Amino acid sequence: MHYVIAGAGPAAVAAAEHLKELDPSAKVTMIGAQQQPPYSRMAIPYYLTGKVKEEGTYLRRAANHYEEKGIEFVHGEVVSLDGPGHTVSLADGQTIGYDKLLLATGAEPIIPPVPGMDDPRVQQCWHLEDAERIIELAKPGARAVQVGAGFIGCIILESWVLREVNLTVVEMGPRMVPRMLGEKAGGLLQKWCESKGVTVHTNTRVQSIESTPEELKVVLENGETCAADVVIVSTGVKPRIAYLDGSGITVDQGIVVDQHMQTSVADVYAAGDCAQGLDFSTGETAVHAVQPTATEHGRVAAANMVGNNSLPYKGSLNMNILDTLGLVTCSFGAWEGVEGGDSGEMFNEGNYQYINLQFKDDVLVGANSVGYHEHLGVLRGLIETQVPLGAWKERLKKNPVQLADAYVGVNQSELKVS
Amino acid sequence: MHKALVMEADACTGCHQCEMMCSYGKVGAFNISKSVMDITAFDGGALNVPSTCTQCEGAWCMVVCPVQAITVNPATGAKEVSAEVCVGCKVCTIACPFGAINYDPDSGVVTKCDLCGGAPMCVEACPTTALAYMAEDSTGYEKMRRHAVMSAGLPEGTA
Repeated sequence: MHYVIAGAGPAAVAAAEHLKELDPSAKVTMIGAQQQPPYSRMAIPYYLTGKVKEEGTYLRRAANHYEEKGIEFVHGEVVSLDGPGHTVSLADGQTIGYDKLLLATGAEPIIPPVPGMDDPRVQQCWHLEDAERIIELAKPGARAVQVGAGFIGCIILESWVLREVNLTVVEMGPRMVPRMLGEKAGGLLQKWCESKGVTVHTNTRVQSIESTPEELKVVLENGETCAADVVIVSTGVKPRIAYLDGSGITVDQGIVVDQHMQTSVADVYAAGDCAQGLDFSTGETAVHAVQPTATEHGRVAAANMVGNNSLPYKGSLNMNILDTLGLVTCSFGAWEGVEGGDSGEMFNEGNYQYINLQFKDDVLVGANSVGYHEHLGVLRGLIETQVPLGAWKERLKKNPVQLADAYVGVNQSELKVS
Repeated sequence: MHKALVMEADACTGCHQCEMMCSYGKVGAFNISKSVMDITAFDGGALNVPSTCTQCEGAWCMVVCPVQAITVNPATGAKEVSAEVCVGCKVCTIACPFGAINYDPDSGVVTKCDLCGGAPMCVEACPTTALAYMAEDSTGYEKMRRHAVMSAGLPEGTA
């Protein structure tokens, strides 16, 4: 059996390792387009701040990790797929045959259609090479405009501030991280950033970037203009799936997969940022471009590739955690609430603390938090087990800070060892 | 067969000595906020429930870590965090459905129970039988482990 994986990110590596665990005699080939050994984009912000060196971003520590696991690594980029013929073609002309294929080609940055984006002082933050370029451009005292205050935008803020760059952030949404945080949480985060000396514009887009040899002028739709030495574009990512045009594979926002992570074409599976899989909260399909989903997708796909679709997936819970200049924010599941549900909230503006819990009947379905970092995982536990909260629901509505107590409380009868 | 840290709420008096010793072992200070063993009191202290990482098979923290900072100590079976490798991204803290791995802003990395390398200080500190370090097949451990798998909602063996 020959399993081929297109991609070398977290989903790909999780799948490759699990395939070898479940089917040790199989041949596993992982095809990666990056020059470096498989690395983690989650770690790039810490590379930018200097907390880790390049090696510190690698998904696996040992230089011979893949060799040792019996995983063959091919450097190349998959450019097309022949489902009936069971082959993929690479950019260099190579063709690789497979028995079962996993598409884990990840995501790519969305480049807004704004004039002036091609100036070399306008920089994405996605690959390791981008991070190296940013480190060169972000000199102390430099003026930087960051376009986009989404997840990536917020997590790299710290590296600017540490580099003593004068930073202005422009977000087209009504608040920072609008797809992860509600109004109060996003507002609190903005206030926090401003208190650290960052200028934040929300509700406005960049109209154009005008360049002179001395500087860039970032023109906003609200009429303001920001002078800049460097512009960083972090306006979100989208699944990297263009190479599938004409392959017959059903795509929507991402590659549509069923509960076994299988695509519409036999023997082809998809996982991670490129996949549109089951959403635990809605029962529909969605792209959850986050690390926990990537690794889960990878492992569930591997189990189904080996076990002939014997492992149905409950769906991924959308969740995220973000540290912006020391303020930790997080979101889980249906944080915006569900129809017929209700909620409990704690808001301590002066302390930059906020918790919002969303319920359906007496089950927790979603949450947002700001300024907390203890026992956050119980939110996942409570949501995914759908454990009835009973009397704890009213207590949590009154005081959401009691989350960890509620978790132990509802589980303690089962945990009791007797 | 690895030993397991077995927690027995019925025998816990809520004295918090385990938390004191845990923090001492972790950071060299008696500071309960740095303990990775937690005692939760209910009904004004009538019931006290010890909880910490059960070193579950699923090991959501270890599987999700983007830089392989969490590895299994073969001697104890504990999932241990390398403070040198951890970048502090906190993704494990939301992935663990038990809330048993947490970020420490003072160190900039995550922290969890590592069974103190095979001699848990919390067990040594416990004046009753609420905490014990015993063979995994002893009473109750399997129940806890099943609970761990069930709680995470994933079919066994996938994570």
